[in-house]
Amino acid sequence: MSTATDTIEQFTSQEYKWGFVTDIESETVPRGLNEEIIRLISAKKREPDWLLQWRLKAYRHWLTMEEPRWWPNLTYAKIDYNDIIYYAAPKAQKKPKSLDEVDPELRRTFEKLGISLEEQKRLTGVAVDAVFDSVSVVTTFKEKLAELGIIFCSFSEAVQEHPDLVRKYLGSVVPYNDNFFAALNSAVFSDGSFVYIPKGVRCPMELSTYFRINARETGQFERTLIICEEGGYVSYLEGCTAPMRDENQLHAAVVELVAIGDHAQIKYSTVQNWYPGDKDGKGGIYNFVTKRGACRGRASKISWTQVETGSAITWKYPSCILQGDDSVGEFYSVALTNHYQQADTGTKMIHVGKNTRSTIVSKGISAGHGQNTYRGLVKVLKGAAYARNYSQCDSLLLGDKCGAHTFPYIEVKNTTATVEHEASTSKIGEDQIFYCNQRGLSKEDAVNMIVNGFCKDVFRELPMEFAVEAQKLLGVSLEGSVG
Amino acid sequence: MEFPVGEKQTAMLTITNLHAGVGDKKILRGVNLQVNAGEVHAIMGPNGSGKSTLAGVLAGRETFEVTEGEVLYEGKNLLAMDPEERAAEGLFLAFQYPVEIPGVTNNYFLRAALNAIRKHRGEPEVDAAAFLKLVKEKMRILHMPEDLLKRSVNEGFSGGEKKRNEIFQMAVLDPKLCVLDETDSGLDIDALRVVADGVNALRSPHRAMIVITHYQRLLQYIVPDFVHVLSEGRIVLSGGKELALELEARGYDWVKEREPALSGARR
Ligand SMILES: Nc1ncnc2c1ncn2[C@@H]1O[C@H](COP(=O)(O)OP(=O)(O)OP(=O)(O)O)[C@@H](O)[C@H]1O
Ligand SMILES: [Mg+2]
Repeated sequence: MSTATDTIEQFTSQEYKWGFVTDIESETVPRGLNEEIIRLISAKKREPDWLLQWRLKAYRHWLTMEEPRWWPNLTYAKIDYNDIIYYAAPKAQKKPKSLDEVDPELRRTFEKLGISLEEQKRLTGVAVDAVFDSVSVVTTFKEKLAELGIIFCSFSEAVQEHPDLVRKYLGSVVPYNDNFFAALNSAVFSDGSFVYIPKGVRCPMELSTYFRINARETGQFERTLIICEEGGYVSYLEGCTAPMRDENQLHAAVVELVAIGDHAQIKYSTVQNWYPGDKDGKGGIYNFVTKRGACRGRASKISWTQVETGSAITWKYPSCILQGDDSVGEFYSVALTNHYQQADTGTKMIHVGKNTRSTIVSKGISAGHGQNTYRGLVKVLKGAAYARNYSQCDSLLLGDKCGAHTFPYIEVKNTTATVEHEASTSKIGEDQIFYCNQRGLSKEDAVNMIVNGFCKDVFRELPMEFAVEAQKLLGVSLEGSVG
Repeated sequence: MEFPVGEKQTAMLTITNLHAGVGDKKILRGVNLQVNAGEVHAIMGPNGSGKSTLAGVLAGRETFEVTEGEVLYEGKNLLAMDPEERAAEGLFLAFQYPVEIPGVTNNYFLRAALNAIRKHRGEPEVDAAAFLKLVKEKMRILHMPEDLLKRSVNEGFSGGEKKRNEIFQMAVLDPKLCVLDETDSGLDIDALRVVADGVNALRSPHRAMIVITHYQRLLQYIVPDFVHVLSEGRIVLSGGKELALELEARGYDWVKEREPALSGARR
């Protein structure tokens, strides 16, 4: 008979199922980072000069910066930035016009990942932009969306087709010199998604980007920009996986959201499942990401929901700058660390406008030797009269070798503001597992059920399709326990 | 309720010389007990005498280590089974302290449990609609407020609601051997009657019950066929339902003063 602790170990040592490698010839730039490489990347993408200059400015600034070693709870070996390949693309012709022109090997890869690129095969309306290493492979439903004036395409394409929009908003929320990894991304970013929702349009389907790292020794530096005009609404999903490799790979993305007009709404959901490394902590993705949204319009709203199960190290704080009066920011997060994974994640809610509201719900699950840190900032500026924040941070520990840490920072400059913070740490008890066992449930099902119950408040924020995937990721079936 | 004793009965549960403890601490020191289908056995005894330990050992709680003895359940070696297997084979424990599972609805939990048990028996899963029908009926019998089904398992339930929920689960899961650990504690007088009615409704020639309690009052409602006194890890006295009354009148000291010759298994 196994003990509950054994079960927890079994549960947390499940295999990474997305670790295969696609055998495809790829075209890369030489290893290392210098101005030549940046010019090369920019040239490959036939970029206008202003963008090249912007990249170079970022690069020069980056050279003056130190790699941050912020937090004592994160430890990792030094990254050699000259030993990384900054651009890798499947060796193909031009960007395919239709799905039929997409390399069958790539199509099979996405099929294997459960991402169907064939529009008619998708039951629910989800448009997909599929990004493989440094380039977007295909974007579905583009024409249909265009009829409504919605732009959904790869970032590279947006640079070509909608340069004015890109130029106006690129770096407007996350400036090129924001932080070390944002500066690096600004210098070398390759591809990502671009979304534009015109005034008064509710995007009729979920838009999603699926990121796949395949090539060895490369970094992935994607860039996503979502712009939503007055009265518009969009729900955007992001998923990601990578092969199992012994060496660490760097993923440093930047995501900028701009809710421009009154009542503009952006809902951004992530299921992050980069390869976490093996059970001894070897390999895995370093996920150093800057995500930020600006609520510029009155009563505009930005909502971040993330399920972070992958990566060796995750460092990200999807944030909201609540500029418009009555604007709303939300952050719902599940972060699971097991084996030797480390996560330092949370959010920043910056209240600028009056009556701005923010909600933070963070659920950290630590297993194995995993270290999970919630770090959040709630900042209420002087003008943010009657701003309100509610934060809830719960940690669940599986086993006794893992750790959970919570660092809420609160800065309030307006006395009419209300800020509430609740935190809890609990352990999955032998009692809970035994109770489930006594009702006929296996230990594994018991752990799954308890973990999913713990994450419920976050899962209910996910779009249906992602909620299913998120639950599967935590190894559980959906019905009833959530919702 | 009595069933003919003269006929040959197969024992549902046979506990022989059971010793168990935690670490170096010996708790059960040679328990002998036989329970046949259709019977209700009450176990009484002072605090700390090992009643919950016995229930826990039967249900397979890993905290307890069995050092000696044997337990046969329907002819099978119960101690060799995992807790979930025992449950699937029809053993149900109503907990003295029911456990909370935040975020998991009572409804979901119970359906998952029922389906796990059905799967073990090779029966098809019940769908949401059929389950709801089954559950509604049991809820009515136990006067369960409907919202308890939608709430997280035991979370924020009052003491009495938790106990009622245990018997409700028992009714839904339809076990063969029910072990009730102090189900009466925390229940008000009306709730006690409702729960006892619920338990009595489950009495059948095919089911057996072990009812652990401190109070004669519960046994007025759930009338046992046998009463046993557990003291310092042994059954020191067994008798019929009158024994409960006598215990209430005289206290456990009276049992301790009696001759050890009276101790041991019944029959
Ligand atoms: N996990 C444990 N670790 C150490 N001692 C334990 C443990 N569980 C039970 N015991 C001890 O074993 C003895 C019997 O406990 P048990 O809970 O079985 O008593 P009980 O008869 O059910 O008592 P009550 O009437 O108070 O419920 C007690 O002395 C108790 O402290
Ligand atoms: Mg007890």
